[in-house]
Amino acid sequence: MLVSYNWLKEYLDLSDTTPEALAEEFTLGGLEVETIQYLGKEIDHLVVGEVLTCEPLEDSDHLHKTSVDVGTETLPIVCGAPNIAAGQKVIVAKVGAVLPGDFKIKKAKLMGEASEGMIVSLDELGFPDSIIPKHAEDGIYILADDAQVGEAAHSYIGLDDAIIEFDLTPNRADALSMRGVAYEAATLLDQAPAFDEIKVAEDAEGSVEDYVSIEVEDAEDTPVYKMRLVKDVTIGDSPMWMQHKLMHAGIRPIDLVVDITNYVMLEFGQPLHAFDYEKLASDKIYVRRASEGELFTTLDDVERKLNPDNLVITNGEKPVALAGVMGGANSQITDDTKTIAIEAAVFNPVLIRRTASRLNLRSEASSRYEKGINIATVQDAVDLAAHLMSELGGGTVVSGTAESLNVGILETTVSTTTEKVNRLIGTSLTDEEIVSILDRLGFGNEVQNGKIEATIPPRRWDITLQEDLIEEIARIYGYNNIPVTLPVTESTPGELTPKQKMTRKIRKLLEGNGLQEAVSYSLTTPEKAGKYAIVKGELTPLKNPMSEERVTLTQNLVSGLVDDATYNQAHQVSEIGLYEMGHVFYKESDEQFNEYNHVAGLITGNSSKNWLGEEEPIDFYTIKGVVETILSAYSFTEKMTYQLATTRDGMHPGRTADVYIGNEIIGFVGQLHPTEAKNSDLADTFVFELSLDKMMDAPKTTVEYTALNRYPGSSRDIALLVDETVTHQELEQVISENGGRHLQDTHLFDLYAGENIEDGKKSVAYSLYYANPNATLKEEEVNEAFENVKQALVEAFNVEIR
Amino acid sequence: MDLKTKLNELAESSVNAIENSETLKEVEALRVQLLGKKGELTDLLKMMKDLDKSERPVIGKLANEIRDNLTTRIADKKEELEQEALNQQLIEETIDVTLPGRTYKKGQTHVIHQVMEEMEDLFLGMGYNIVGGTEIVSDYLNFERVNVPQDHPARDMQDSFYINDHFLLRTQTSAVQPLVIEAHDFSKGPLKVISPGKVYRRDSDDATHSHQFHQIEGIVVDENITMADLMGTLELMSKKIFGTDRKVRFRPSYFPFTEPSVEVDVSCFNCDGAGCNICKQSGWIEILGAGMIHPNVLDMSNVDSIKYSGFAFGVGPDRMAMLKYGVDDIRHFYLNDQRFLSQFSVKGDE
Repeated sequence: MLVSYNWLKEYLDLSDTTPEALAEEFTLGGLEVETIQYLGKEIDHLVVGEVLTCEPLEDSDHLHKTSVDVGTETLPIVCGAPNIAAGQKVIVAKVGAVLPGDFKIKKAKLMGEASEGMIVSLDELGFPDSIIPKHAEDGIYILADDAQVGEAAHSYIGLDDAIIEFDLTPNRADALSMRGVAYEAATLLDQAPAFDEIKVAEDAEGSVEDYVSIEVEDAEDTPVYKMRLVKDVTIGDSPMWMQHKLMHAGIRPIDLVVDITNYVMLEFGQPLHAFDYEKLASDKIYVRRASEGELFTTLDDVERKLNPDNLVITNGEKPVALAGVMGGANSQITDDTKTIAIEAAVFNPVLIRRTASRLNLRSEASSRYEKGINIATVQDAVDLAAHLMSELGGGTVVSGTAESLNVGILETTVSTTTEKVNRLIGTSLTDEEIVSILDRLGFGNEVQNGKIEATIPPRRWDITLQEDLIEEIARIYGYNNIPVTLPVTESTPGELTPKQKMTRKIRKLLEGNGLQEAVSYSLTTPEKAGKYAIVKGELTPLKNPMSEERVTLTQNLVSGLVDDATYNQAHQVSEIGLYEMGHVFYKESDEQFNEYNHVAGLITGNSSKNWLGEEEPIDFYTIKGVVETILSAYSFTEKMTYQLATTRDGMHPGRTADVYIGNEIIGFVGQLHPTEAKNSDLADTFVFELSLDKMMDAPKTTVEYTALNRYPGSSRDIALLVDETVTHQELEQVISENGGRHLQDTHLFDLYAGENIEDGKKSVAYSLYYANPNATLKEEEVNEAFENVKQALVEAFNVEIR
Repeated sequence: MDLKTKLNELAESSVNAIENSETLKEVEALRVQLLGKKGELTDLLKMMKDLDKSERPVIGKLANEIRDNLTTRIADKKEELEQEALNQQLIEETIDVTLPGRTYKKGQTHVIHQVMEEMEDLFLGMGYNIVGGTEIVSDYLNFERVNVPQDHPARDMQDSFYINDHFLLRTQTSAVQPLVIEAHDFSKGPLKVISPGKVYRRDSDDATHSHQFHQIEGIVVDENITMADLMGTLELMSKKIFGTDRKVRFRPSYFPFTEPSVEVDVSCFNCDGAGCNICKQSGWIEILGAGMIHPNVLDMSNVDSIKYSGFAFGVGPDRMAMLKYGVDDIRHFYLNDQRFLSQFSVKGDE
């Protein structure tokens, strides 16, 4: 909503304030002011001129040579506007003026002719195209004949105004009108606004009943419908004052009738529609729901297919307007129109909203209908429109208003108590203070012994509950005058849940491993959403995506990290290490969607050597070490295992392991398939993804202290030659199962294959540590246990002990 | 030459030899040569048996003195040489201490999560708990249960990503309100929770809009919770995040699920209220919205809105982080450029 400060002055005494100070009051009162604009404030050297002579310039197809009286002198000006003519009053930017866009006016010579200044258009003065009147679109702006030559031109084109732009919340649709804003300003400034009484001079002959009667199908859909007729209107341009007001509100002046309907809408917030009465071809207006598939051509000449959510104005047979949204081509005003029928109505906001949004026909009018209308001023609005049409267009107003009125009491009573007010706000207001606030708001009130009854005028239809009323009291009292306290409640322990603690701990562990946390997008392509899923399932696509890149919710975090890595790679980040925690999504049915918490990590790039020649390797075992670090922070009851996963989508078939706790798969770790890495412009890339929920839910043992061993233990090393296919996990399992009760630890300390080792074999070496917490282990005991392990390994894998 | 003379000569020559030796090896060789089992002194002492009985004590004493003297001198020389060697070693071991240390890569929490964690810790300290919520919610929970029925104009404020006619990606963490309020057992004390998480709006991504961002919802419900309590809480939080020297102001606003509603501004930390581009010349920066929970929301969650009152607030950590660190483009948070992420690995002046 754009509000002209000058217009506001017509209703209020603003002599003690400024646009800035008033804007501050508005903002702190709840109507947030976005900006204050001063149109053309900086433009100097702008005066009214009169074109004395005007001749086409030889050798030019469009330039004119003019002499222009600017009061103090007569200037030679070469002008290129097509609509220039002698005798016109025009706006002259004299030498020294600086127009928007830093366009400096200087003495110039055009095709040999001296030109000292410029006759300007509104466009050149910085008016946006969207509000420039039709008649001034192509060329210079021509002023009214009574403009005083030599005077500053600003006031003639409304450049002496401050435009306050509001960012209104949906509940304050009352401020979508000048009167509404004036009421608000009056409350804030503690004044009473002054509005002129609206008088309509009606024709003595005839009455509106002779012309039209109104009927509505459903009083709920159309609580109020009024119509006035004005005969013999001459449709020309509206007066300058009206054009300026419209332009300052961001509305383009069109012609007298359109401008009057817009002007009245701005003043009252009441949208109007004007029909060509003769074209209605009926003496009846009937408002009803459209039937399914009913066709109707709106005045933009588009044929619309309607449904029962759309309300139509009909002439008893066929639609003539789409209620609240757009008129019909069949009843449109044209230059030949003789009698104008002005409609002012209140429609069900929901229907207007559905119609405007389905047909994509949002307008100043429809948005006001959607948010509510002041029922008390429908008649005032239609009266003012009729009055202006008769006064400015020479028309004759037919006596009376045709109407269908289905509303009862207009005012609402809201009750509360002083105690409730103070209890909700946290203040200690007295009855008297509350009365004074309600008076300022212009709300009728009866306050006695702490009981408050407020009568809310229809212009504030947003106030229905006591909480609404209390907010009004609070905002006029001043939010910033309310004391600040903290809740006094029974004290409650604030603590993280085990899952939240786990999440934080894993974060720290990952960061300790050098990974930076990423937050990627949950929405992605179907391909990426499914690719690295730990478990594949049905995807969750959007019904209304915005771009092909973001159409479905992801089932994995790795693909987001791969995108991130590609971005980093492209921006010369050489060592990439990222992790992410977030939700993944599975669609179970149209009513059941499952979300799980996951953690994922990625490392890739070129490790850089430090000056000592050392480098941190980037390989499978690095990323696996990260996974082991996380998992080793929890004492899962069941055994964790890693199993080669040869078929995981997007992953290297020989370098990927599924991670299990017991029989439950909790995630995977491995190298990205070389093809995937290449497609993403990445070097060898290593990733993992784990289900935090599964880790959380897996049973864990409690931590118990074990006494430190006082007796010395003993180590034995074993080196084996074994088939390459035998895994470390298998060997370790046999060792641990056959190690005897004193085996405390098994440690792999060497792995070798290649030269001096037979093809298909590898050499591995383990160190086994034995200890007995209750006694010193005897040499023979250790030897015996160690022999058992050797034997078991030979039996299980046909190893050769070296 | 008698034995005494021999002893004195040996003593004299040995002392010189010890003094003149330059290495530990030489000293050790001398010790063996002089005092060892087959050493020169030992050899001389073997001659004692040929001496006159009366001479033996005198010579014996002299011999002992010489042996003690030589032993001490050898030990002293050894220590001296060892000290020299150590000094030499220390000189040789001197390194360039200005060379960089051996560092290990460290990661860090995403800046948005840092802001969220800071808030979480603040509220945990005030006795709040933290609750989560799903990102896919029903239309009913996201809108109707927070007092935004079908066709309500407030639905214009947020265009949503729908999955089907009844489910969507939550547009606000307020979607957790109904469930949390409904599930709370008020016989066990007040409800005090915050709920951080991702939310989604159908916006085109640009410098100030992101289709995915974060919110932290705060909810307190008990008997006698006032707007003054809300303002006190919001002021505390604002100063915690933006610094105690910030001024805080409150403006009436509108949210369908709160009444009265409030918006909170902090004085611009760039210009300190004088007016600049960051605060659009107003001197204030809007940071969050809040209000007293609408009675309809309480009633729909089966909480008696006459007996109980409460407040709710919603904070945008993305915006907080942008303001706090002067980040000019929200998309940086989701591109995960490590050059960006790593800038927040240090604690600054707070």
